[in-house]
Amino acid sequence: MEKEFNVVGARLPMMDAAQKAKGAALFTDDLILPGMLYGKILRSPLPHAKILNIDTSKAEKLPGVKGVVTGKDIPDRLYGIVPMAKDEYALAKGKIRYIGDDVAAVCAIDPEIAEEALELIDVDYEELPAVFDPFEAKKDGAPVIHDGIKNNTSFAIKKEFGDVKKAFAESDAIFEDTFFSQAVNHAPLEPHAALAQFDPLNGELTIWSSTQIPFFLRRNLSNTLQIPESKVRVIKPKVGGGFGQKIDLFAKDFCAAWFAMHLGKPVKFIYDREEVFISTRQRHPMYITVKTGMKKDGTILAQKFQSYADGGAYNSTAPTMMALSCFFLMIPYKVPNLFYEGYHVYTNKPVGGAMRGHGIPQARFAVERQLDLMAERLGLDPTEIRLKNSIHAGEPHSAGFVINTCGFSESVEKAADAIGWKEKRGKLPHGRGVGLAGASFPSGVSNMSHISSGAVVQVGRDGAVNVLSGAADIGQGAETVISQIVAEELGVPLDDIRITAADTGITPLDPGTFGSGVTVRAGNAAKLAAAAVKQKLFNFLADKLEANAADLVAKDRKIFVKGSPEKGLTLLEGLKAYQYADLPMPIVGRGSWMAPADEPTTLFEQDGNFAPSYSFMTQAAEVEVDLITGQVKLLRMVTAHDCGRPINPMLVEGQLEGSVVGGMGQALYENVIVEKGQMMNPSFLDYGFPTFLEMPEIEAIEVETDDPIGPYGAKEAGEGTQLSPAPAIVNAIYDAIGVDFMELPITPEKILDALEEKKKT
Amino acid sequence: MKQAIELNINGDVHEMLVATHHTLLEVLREQLGLIGTKRGCDLGACGACTVLIDGEAYLSCLMLAVDAIGKQVVTIEGLSEDGDLHPLQSAFVDQGALQCGFCTPGMILTAKAILDEEKHPAEEVIKQKMAGNLCRCTGYKKVVEAVMRVAEESGQEV
Repeated sequence: MEKEFNVVGARLPMMDAAQKAKGAALFTDDLILPGMLYGKILRSPLPHAKILNIDTSKAEKLPGVKGVVTGKDIPDRLYGIVPMAKDEYALAKGKIRYIGDDVAAVCAIDPEIAEEALELIDVDYEELPAVFDPFEAKKDGAPVIHDGIKNNTSFAIKKEFGDVKKAFAESDAIFEDTFFSQAVNHAPLEPHAALAQFDPLNGELTIWSSTQIPFFLRRNLSNTLQIPESKVRVIKPKVGGGFGQKIDLFAKDFCAAWFAMHLGKPVKFIYDREEVFISTRQRHPMYITVKTGMKKDGTILAQKFQSYADGGAYNSTAPTMMALSCFFLMIPYKVPNLFYEGYHVYTNKPVGGAMRGHGIPQARFAVERQLDLMAERLGLDPTEIRLKNSIHAGEPHSAGFVINTCGFSESVEKAADAIGWKEKRGKLPHGRGVGLAGASFPSGVSNMSHISSGAVVQVGRDGAVNVLSGAADIGQGAETVISQIVAEELGVPLDDIRITAADTGITPLDPGTFGSGVTVRAGNAAKLAAAAVKQKLFNFLADKLEANAADLVAKDRKIFVKGSPEKGLTLLEGLKAYQYADLPMPIVGRGSWMAPADEPTTLFEQDGNFAPSYSFMTQAAEVEVDLITGQVKLLRMVTAHDCGRPINPMLVEGQLEGSVVGGMGQALYENVIVEKGQMMNPSFLDYGFPTFLEMPEIEAIEVETDDPIGPYGAKEAGEGTQLSPAPAIVNAIYDAIGVDFMELPITPEKILDALEEKKKT
Repeated sequence: MKQAIELNINGDVHEMLVATHHTLLEVLREQLGLIGTKRGCDLGACGACTVLIDGEAYLSCLMLAVDAIGKQVVTIEGLSEDGDLHPLQSAFVDQGALQCGFCTPGMILTAKAILDEEKHPAEEVIKQKMAGNLCRCTGYKKVVEAVMRVAEESGQEV
């Protein structure tokens, strides 16, 4: 049988893989410009204090120092990645709010001189009472971290779907449990970096930044520097991983730009590893209470969910994170009646932000853990309870989600089979167990109207295809996936594609890499652009081939009449004929795409279809607990995964494998420890995310669906798969040793304490 | 303080003036433009700065440049001959063993040191010896597969 697609669905290496393997890929820190200066940031040593005075005179006099900037010098413009939640200045103005806050910056001819100059800046602080616990912070009379924010609660969301009171009254069994999910750091291998250059002749600022969001960064820089967006060009070089941490404007971006503009020389800032840990972003620690009402047979009738996110000193993505956490309680299970209240509370601690899964992993941990507890108490099998409540395609949804394709129940069955559920659950020797958990994730968002992507495709006389896309490849392979889509559409091999991406001065608008929308959004934009090129060529060639344009196909660098490959010509012949007919070259196609929405809505005010499509997955873990040392070994993790049709199965697997190990880190190892505002483990040595030694056996099972909205049927991949490794592992630990863990991570100490406790009872 | 030294990097002798307190990593990146050696932590904890010193894997962020005098240093740039990829580089590309690529040069050099020492290491040995190279993207699975593939293929030649 003939393959349906040639390039889509192929296991192709990333287009820039060889460059990366040779060490020739250029990241921001690899860029050097003539006359380049180096910047460093002075950080707050206190958790909460007024800045009375900053004396920079000694630092300025140090030979080699070219400039010092403090909050007083910068425009009075707040920035923030979520416009409604802006609460941060590029450098502190009058007050610092956590240990590591950005106080001042210096710029010098050498990084060591810059470092030395930091020590010569005298800051007069008036220390203020600080608060480190969200429950303390929300009390009346707690220290006020941001003026005008009552009870330090910067964002609250309350939503009710259905009639929760009535549904609880009708429930046979009601359970209420409390959970805690800890702070973890994204820890991308590439530290954050920025290099800025200013051209005083045309007033244009160019900045190379390790960012996931070039266009939002442009907007934020324009706003904080008070120069027009058209004068800011953000270029994203290779980015060494982000996982959400690089979704923000940071002091390094602003200060590099500020110095470049004021000194007329290029300026580079590189964060060291400690700064990445302390002064960028982390996953929000979250305290969650879930109350669930069920029928005896395990059908969920109602859920009440209360969460407190420990936000740290600033908002970053707080509203989005809380909203995601709320809405995704209603998927992949039917929750007909839901009451959700969530609070984002400031504390004098490092700042929470977007991290792979973004508010949902915390909620999934609570819900998936509780489902197992309930199954146990009701005498039901955990797989049964999940299948019973599974969402299905085409069903009405309590919050108005439109589920076109859904492989969830199939994923439960396949994951359970693959892990050997029937033979193993409850039947393995003491210390060994299996557990599973489900999840779903949006493929981008549809109820925020400004989230759209553009693309341009050009084909010249030589058949070379040039793609312009705003999408930000941060190592996941977005440029390759977009190029595969264009290649498929035009019927050419991937080698014929050249892509230029994520340069706000050249490429069309794109919101960036977040919310798992890139493949669907930027992929659809590129598909439209490629289709527009193809249409022009087909329209012209139709006469020549004595066929309707609609009957032509492009494949293997040929254009021919569908079903009659002999009735056609090569792409090059077609292009030559096009040019010789005096039609303008190159052939250019444009595409812009945003998720279909009935009307523009907002994430927070209205219900409706959250995303153009939803991925689904079930993850099943097998663990071995060392009863002597308390160490948990994740032996195996199976993920049965509906990401629509994978554009590149090898890259999807890579995403899945990385997210499984990331989720394992959250379950077992990683924990950002903060004492009195001071991070205690801001290094790879002390933090300890999984290495080769902890790597489990990882198995991926595709539950393929053909999504009608995604390009070639694709949906989100790679973010949803980090939602449920943690609950699957914790559920497996329960099976192994019969202990209910309600707090992450499950360290050997906790295991040993629990086993000791168990012995006593 | 600066000192004029000769360093043998990728088979070429470089006569250069270096600050005696500068690490090999700094000198490679900033003075020689060999940017394939990456700075991930500056603490010897991530492996992104791995180079080969007389054939063994070393963390160049923990080694002073002056300590490399008289030694053969190989960086990722010195691995491919005449522009062709080294078999490890090809395997990383084909197997999808890299994503963002930041840890990749260090991974490949550590793997080379392992395979140079032992042609057919067991999977567990590879994991043990590569445990100092951190990756946050891949979950390591495809990296192990890539290294194993090269080990197996070199077996076929024998």
